[in-house]
Amino acid sequence: MKLLQLLGIFSLLSVLAIGGGTAVLPEMKALVTGQEGWGIDDAQFRDIYAIGQLAPGPNMLMVIAIGNKVAGFPGALVAFLAFFAPACVIAIVTSRIWNRFEGSQWRLAIQRGMAPIVVGLMLAGTIAIARTAIVGKNSQICLAFAAVVFIALYFGKKMNPALLILAGGLMGLVFLR
Amino acid sequence: MSELEAPAPARVGILEIFLTFLAIGATSFGGGVVAYLRSSLVTKKQWLDDEGFLAALEISQALPGLNATNMSVIVGDRLRGLPGAVAGFLGITLPGAIIVFVLALFYANNSGNDAVNAVLKGVGAASVGLLLAVTLQIGHKQLEHRLDMAIVAVTLVLVSFVHVPLLYVLLVVGPIAVLLYRPHKLTPDTSGLDKKPLD
Repeated sequence: MKLLQLLGIFSLLSVLAIGGGTAVLPEMKALVTGQEGWGIDDAQFRDIYAIGQLAPGPNMLMVIAIGNKVAGFPGALVAFLAFFAPACVIAIVTSRIWNRFEGSQWRLAIQRGMAPIVVGLMLAGTIAIARTAIVGKNSQICLAFAAVVFIALYFGKKMNPALLILAGGLMGLVFLR
Repeated sequence: MSELEAPAPARVGILEIFLTFLAIGATSFGGGVVAYLRSSLVTKKQWLDDEGFLAALEISQALPGLNATNMSVIVGDRLRGLPGAVAGFLGITLPGAIIVFVLALFYANNSGNDAVNAVLKGVGAASVGLLLAVTLQIGHKQLEHRLDMAIVAVTLVLVSFVHVPLLYVLLVVGPIAVLLYRPHKLTPDTSGLDKKPLD
């Protein structure tokens, strides 16, 4: 039963993930924390997101941690396949026919029109994580962490994001216990 | 028969595809996977030229799914068909997938641990800064008109504050945005052969 739920929710999220992982985060958070039987609250969703950040590769591999929490290894496997397979199939099929639309002005219009939607969705994804990560009694310290990372990355173009994320973890160990 | 893409270079082995994407998957930390992909696929392996890379990236971005995994299956498919696509996908996801799974097991067994919670809280907070920076950088690169800003704002408000399900946002805002950028508004025809009346 839980495996079927994982299959349904993550394959839906897969085809909705236009603009990538961050864009689908608000919907993922709403669906995952809204499943009564799954027992994942906001704080756990944030922890699982953080686990995705600590691993190499796409941070949306966090779906494996969600699947594992819900139904152990089979859950992890189902969440992984359900979240990635539909989008991959769509990508392969589309790339095989994409050149037929080369130079089509509608193709440009679609790219042009979807770009701001993706940015809006990514901002919404940022807010969704912020609402789980910058809360509680230490919210001001958390906000300071976020601000420092933002400034370092946005204004210091050559900063390594992975090091800043690790630094966030270490600072958390010092200031957020 | 469909017209096929530019012919792939000399036949590449499935194992080589897997190992190449495995290296990318194991070393691309903290986002920015596009830079890793380009350096590996275009510069080192020369499986694609810059134009081919951008074409594949354009498709990856326009479709559902992550850039990294979409690129892995598109490039793998072009090199060796479906087996190549599977090899590319498994390569780019396996290192992270295994590490996420191990971390998830560790987390499940230590969910009451203060130190573990503190580290994850710190990572979560830092991630917010990272997400905002990445989003604004993409926004600056791709958006120019006031209309863009309006579409960004509408999307954001619908998702974050009105909590409209993503499916409806995409089905409603998507077609409207594409129509607003419909061809004759986007690129005025300069040849003079196909003049359309202005709105």
